[in-house]
Amino acid sequence: MEYGAWILDALLLIPLVGGLAVLLRPEAQAKHLALVVAVAEFFLSIPLWWLFDPGTAAMQFEIVHPWIPAWGITYRVGLDGISLFMVLLTTLTMPLAVLGSWSYIKERERAYYALLLVLTTGMLGVFVALDLFVFYVFWEIMLIPMYFIIGVWGGERRLYAAIKFFVYTFVGSLLMLVAILSLYYLVGRATGTHSFDYRHILANIGVADRWAFWLFGAFFLAFAIKVPMFPFHTWLPDAHVEAPTAGSVILAGILLKMGTYGFLRFAVPFFPQVALHPTVVTIVVGLALVGIIYGALVAMVQPDFKKLIAYSSISHLGFVMLGIWALTVASVEGAIIIMVNHGISTGALFFLAGMLYERRHTRAIAEFGGVARVVPAFAAVLTLVALSSIGLPGTNGFIGEFLVLIGSFGTYPWATAVATTGVIFAAAYLLWALQRIIYNKLDKPENEQMQDLSRRELIVLAPLLALILWIGLYPAPFLHRIESSASALVEQVHEERGQMVMVEPVMEGDPR
Amino acid sequence: MTPIDLARPGGIALALLPELVLTAWSLVVLLAVAWRHRDQDDQRLVAHLTLVGLLNTLAVVLWFWIDGVESTTVPSMIALDGFRYATSVVFLIGAVLAVLLSLGYLGRERLVVPEYYLLILFATTGMMFMGGGADLIVIFLGLELMSVSVYVLSGVNRRSIFAAEAALKYFLLGAFASGFLLYGIALVYGATGTTNLLLIHIRVTELGLATNLMLVVGIALLLIGFGFKVAAVPFHMWTPDVYDGAPTPVTAFMAAAVKAAGFAALIRVLFQALGPSQDVWVQGVWWLAVITMVVGNLVALAQRKLKRMLAYSSIGHAGYLLAAVSAGTELGAAAFLYYILAYTLMTIGAFAILAFTGQEGERDVAIDDLSGLATRRPWIAFAMAVFMLSLLGFPGTAGFIGKWYILSAVIDVDQVLLAVVLVGASVISAGFYLPVIMVMYMKPARSPDAHKATQLPVLSRWVVGVAAALLLLFGFWPNRVMDVARSGSEELRPSVMLSVSK
Repeated sequence: MEYGAWILDALLLIPLVGGLAVLLRPEAQAKHLALVVAVAEFFLSIPLWWLFDPGTAAMQFEIVHPWIPAWGITYRVGLDGISLFMVLLTTLTMPLAVLGSWSYIKERERAYYALLLVLTTGMLGVFVALDLFVFYVFWEIMLIPMYFIIGVWGGERRLYAAIKFFVYTFVGSLLMLVAILSLYYLVGRATGTHSFDYRHILANIGVADRWAFWLFGAFFLAFAIKVPMFPFHTWLPDAHVEAPTAGSVILAGILLKMGTYGFLRFAVPFFPQVALHPTVVTIVVGLALVGIIYGALVAMVQPDFKKLIAYSSISHLGFVMLGIWALTVASVEGAIIIMVNHGISTGALFFLAGMLYERRHTRAIAEFGGVARVVPAFAAVLTLVALSSIGLPGTNGFIGEFLVLIGSFGTYPWATAVATTGVIFAAAYLLWALQRIIYNKLDKPENEQMQDLSRRELIVLAPLLALILWIGLYPAPFLHRIESSASALVEQVHEERGQMVMVEPVMEGDPR
Repeated sequence: MTPIDLARPGGIALALLPELVLTAWSLVVLLAVAWRHRDQDDQRLVAHLTLVGLLNTLAVVLWFWIDGVESTTVPSMIALDGFRYATSVVFLIGAVLAVLLSLGYLGRERLVVPEYYLLILFATTGMMFMGGGADLIVIFLGLELMSVSVYVLSGVNRRSIFAAEAALKYFLLGAFASGFLLYGIALVYGATGTTNLLLIHIRVTELGLATNLMLVVGIALLLIGFGFKVAAVPFHMWTPDVYDGAPTPVTAFMAAAVKAAGFAALIRVLFQALGPSQDVWVQGVWWLAVITMVVGNLVALAQRKLKRMLAYSSIGHAGYLLAAVSAGTELGAAAFLYYILAYTLMTIGAFAILAFTGQEGERDVAIDDLSGLATRRPWIAFAMAVFMLSLLGFPGTAGFIGKWYILSAVIDVDQVLLAVVLVGASVISAGFYLPVIMVMYMKPARSPDAHKATQLPVLSRWVVGVAAALLLLFGFWPNRVMDVARSGSEELRPSVMLSVSK
């Protein structure tokens, strides 16, 4: 059978079956089996890169199965330029996450690796779903494995962090559920076809005009919590810091992207007239800027390295939001590239923080100093990754931020000017942390015995380093694949916005 | 499709066949109890007879349903429609599960009261009349038969003062509620001159009584009466104490089947008889739903004891069901049928696990006492997690599809605000369902020998296993059950009948 006709099904099914297999096999085999499954998944997904047709913004590799016909629900999955890289990022991150947990996770390994694999299915499902019901189910289901990964294998305050993570996301997503159902009925009544099909709803979204303000609000809340945008970000530092290393990597690398992906796929194309309403723009761009600056400033004063990385995520995601809302082809491309970059660089940073923790059982920056002399390879990798996170030209970070800033400048010159300072702050907090960890004097005797990177750790980091340089030096193949979808999105939004007159929000929902 | 002529006595007897079969079995059980009531073996025999009786009745109901038995004449005292069969099936499933649980439970508690099973049979008969009655009097009789049996059931453990308190409280408040209900029926009769549901519908329509004061007051009293029975806020005061004090299998039976019966009767009365006054009662039900969802879930949040938490959470679920009722459409009735099946499975499952985690006193099982259950008893913990997620309405479980169904019914009639309250209440409920999962999986056991004694008897293991498996199955593949729920809710509104009578 042709690759495109089964690949997405296989990508969703393999981790699920693999997870079950891990549960059923003996404890000692768990990590090996999980690694095999995750690596197989990654290699299976690689041909997507070549077979993806960059010339079209249409959905590719589409697969449809009937599910609940009575409600117009079909299992419908597909890929476009926006989701392609999210899927590849996920399949790449998972084997690394498994390998990165190798020595960190020592108890209940079977359950841990099974959950990691199930989580893979959940995350991939969110990125490929083309039916709002399917999207919602994946969006929620993925909470459970993450909840357990934080709550069972996390740090000291893991229970608090786990429940906070769960409840925050749950609050947002339930309102989105109401919005999805409302859309279903609004579109269904107007067209006579009751369906949760993404494109059906997108094509007839005009009928929801009267309620657009409220519907947008519901979607916005769900995604803004996930991103997270200031002021919905408070779950993030807790979850990131308490989660085990692989959990933090996945949270930062993939889960946060679901929020920005949701904006690109649903919130903005569905309700462009609301999204681009001057008030909404002011609020969103304002919050994005606050996130950029606030995240950076708070990161600067963190004594805990992992927390520093966590806050830096808020700052990076602020750039993504700015890029999405600027809605030029360059800024949207930049936003998607930052989403990928952040997964790579921040993922690598979390791995490195975890490696520090495994060696010294502390993450306090003050506990280190001068370790470059003891662990030169570690220091070199950390430096390169930190530079990429700062956005040094020649690394991936530069490409994304540059595109966003260039693309946004025409739309919001002032906001872009402010955002640019975020890059400087990033340099400040990361270089300062770098200085305190690997340079300075080697004044702690405990640090003199640290082991340098093991071969396993190098294998985990090598692909990330390669990507940092590849995207940094030659981003054309990436941009090429994103371009059609990004420009289609921008065109569609501007076109729709041109046709519609902004309507005043109406109060809704009186009891009959 | 078999038509039955209800004008003839033979026709009525045939129409009542399921209830008659169950009553006959009750009498058999009664005789068995009269001769064999000395020890646990006798009690087991009675339980097995009860199971046979329930399953036999279930078979008859299914036969009626599949065969599509319907009446040729109107109006009658008993309905012959999908709604009656669907609700009967739910009651019977609830009763079977409760009996299976009780088998192990009564043995463990060393209670020898074979009449227990007899009372379950009587209560189930009453419920079937509540779901199937086409006349207010039949519904009232069914309700009393059920209530009186359940009053006794809740106090069946004579050694427990809490059970005595529960029984007395339930009896006093239940009698009070029956009074309201009866007065409501009287006023409806006063306004329309009949107690037959279809005739009420016709009179209200033809005589333009929709907003007649006497009828409106009657509707209000009916709502209060049923509100007591289904434990809607603010008529829920008896619920926590009664659920808490009663033996756990009885609590499971009350929380699932008794509540379902109250709702079945409420829906039948509101939809079938009072459809023309829909604008009046939707207002009332709307507010009841909102208050019940919010208060039930908020108070559950404060509970530390598992049994009390489940009791309050069942109030919250009554709120969700009321939301389905307040949609006032067939979609709402279908959502009710789907949800009540899922709810029966998850509630009875959760209570089943509770019944056997606390040795000699599951009243006192705090949520924290489940700490570390996942390492000691992984399967029980997994099943409990499924029940909790389903109660929470998490995707992948039948609870989610049920909630989705209700939301869909509510949004279909543009009551978006009610939908928002519903999801808000669900968020609150995460605050007490999740901690159960949390302590089971994320906290270490309190002592080395904790949970050693936690052992489900074989039958309860089946109950729990089947319930959890079905919840997952219906969560991923709800098509079949949804079709059944929809067919069960069709023809609930008597539009066809009306044109015939004119």
